[in-house]
Amino acid sequence: MTTLKTVEPAPPAEAIKAVPLRHPWRWIGAAIVLALFALFIYGAATNPNYHWDTYRAYLFDKRISTAAWNTLQLTFWAMVIGVALGIVLAIMRLSPNPVLQSAAWVYLWIFRGTPVYVQLVFWGLFTSLYPHLAFGIPFVHQFVHLNIQTLNAAFFFAAIGLGLNEAAYMAEIVRAGISSVPEGQSEAATALGMSWSMTMRRIVLPQAMRVIIPPTGNEVISMLKTTSLVTAVPYTLDLYETQRGIAGVLYRPVPLLLVASTWYLAITSVLMVGQYFLERHFARGSSRRLTARQLRALARAETRQQGGAGAR
Amino acid sequence: MTQLPMVRAEAVCKDFGALQVLKGITLQVQPREVLCIVGPSGSGKSTFLRCINHLEQVNAGRLYVDGVLVGYAERGGKLHELQPREAAKQRRDIGMVFQHFNLFPHMTALENVIEAPIRVKRRHKDDVVESARKLLDRVGLAEKEKTYPAQLSGGQQQRVAIARALAMDPKLMLFDEPTSALDPELVGEVLDVMRQLAVDGMTMIVVTHEMGFAREVADQMVFMDSGVVVESGPPREVLANPQKERTKAFLSKVL
Repeated sequence: MTTLKTVEPAPPAEAIKAVPLRHPWRWIGAAIVLALFALFIYGAATNPNYHWDTYRAYLFDKRISTAAWNTLQLTFWAMVIGVALGIVLAIMRLSPNPVLQSAAWVYLWIFRGTPVYVQLVFWGLFTSLYPHLAFGIPFVHQFVHLNIQTLNAAFFFAAIGLGLNEAAYMAEIVRAGISSVPEGQSEAATALGMSWSMTMRRIVLPQAMRVIIPPTGNEVISMLKTTSLVTAVPYTLDLYETQRGIAGVLYRPVPLLLVASTWYLAITSVLMVGQYFLERHFARGSSRRLTARQLRALARAETRQQGGAGAR
Repeated sequence: MTQLPMVRAEAVCKDFGALQVLKGITLQVQPREVLCIVGPSGSGKSTFLRCINHLEQVNAGRLYVDGVLVGYAERGGKLHELQPREAAKQRRDIGMVFQHFNLFPHMTALENVIEAPIRVKRRHKDDVVESARKLLDRVGLAEKEKTYPAQLSGGQQQRVAIARALAMDPKLMLFDEPTSALDPELVGEVLDVMRQLAVDGMTMIVVTHEMGFAREVADQMVFMDSGVVVESGPPREVLANPQKERTKAFLSKVL
């Protein structure tokens, strides 16, 4: 029979000081990449076909910056329509009503199943399909009568076309987000006496946002670039069409494409920063890891305790 | 003078499609009384609990809380399903604690506790925060009010969940296996809080596997199996001297 022994605390061990492992191939790989990059930059800078003087002359051209502003507005309105309608479609798909479910499914089927370029051409032809637009009670009374062929509505139709297409994708993103929140959450909220809409607003959607925001950020960036297709409507005051107009006059497509690319890249970079902060906001409470401030407070509390024990 | 029972169940039945989960549960819980429901899993204990605050809809029989019919309104000899708003109003006065805590992970401990009193009862924030701090203190977590649920242990989370339910000033508390998801060494701290609650006179219905807790705290114990009440009575009697074979078989496995 063995008797239990109390374990003596071991003396503190010495910290390890070892020779670090060398990684020569990492250095060689880095050198090759840097050399190739330098070669490309040198080649681009000295190649006269890039027409860097034209690039510099048009980078901050008034027409270009106005067009960039138009592109941003188009992106904004298309996303507003896409997100709003996307939430409605997602809730329809999750509703117990089979008619609403199927309607949302058919919408998704059509708008995801056809190219956005084709859809934009259709919106351009909207006025020839429906030359008059009237608001009122069908067959009874018309309050407003619009002859939309007289309206200059290219921007409007471009935003609608992009937005309705986007709604189909946003609906799936929002649905995935809502489904990712465990059922126990809405159950707990219901048990506390919250209504369905309050449960959605206060409990489910804030948690769904963690899942919804990263792909939505992708969608915004993708939308910014998809606006270059609105020439199909045709809307011509966006960044891509504007640079094409200028390039056509100058017979120099390359430098103006570079100008447009620079603007697209700059706007995308700003959007990425925004996405980072949004993601951080909605990640509240998702990690077990303590923040630096919490760790400091914990360490302080521990020292205080040990100090107190020592004094006793 | 007879007191109005806090919960009165009369032949309560519940089915999910072809599956009959509750086959006529009849029982009463008086105010300030603690009822423990025990039984094997799948016996319908949790479903019965969820019927009491209308998370599940009763199919047959009647269920009254504080004299009011749950989930339906009786008008002109007919039962009408409640509007969602009316059902929500009934749930306000019934606190519920879940097996998996179901704290809101995007809110701190304090925010979890104050959410419903502010949003549902529309009480003033300052008053709610003050009473929420007292509640967190009561469950021994005063210094954790700014902590998110993910950073708390299971036992601490469950105690916050109890505080969250108490913040609505419920007249009845339902506990659905509150310690089943906890490490053994964390069970005690949650049971301590519940024991204190019982001493303070809260009416409680507890679905549990903690026979020691049931023996010590419960006024009444019900053993359920396959949707029916097999045996009921004072916990000491049921535990020490079970009458039915089914109860004996179950207790011999868990005691």
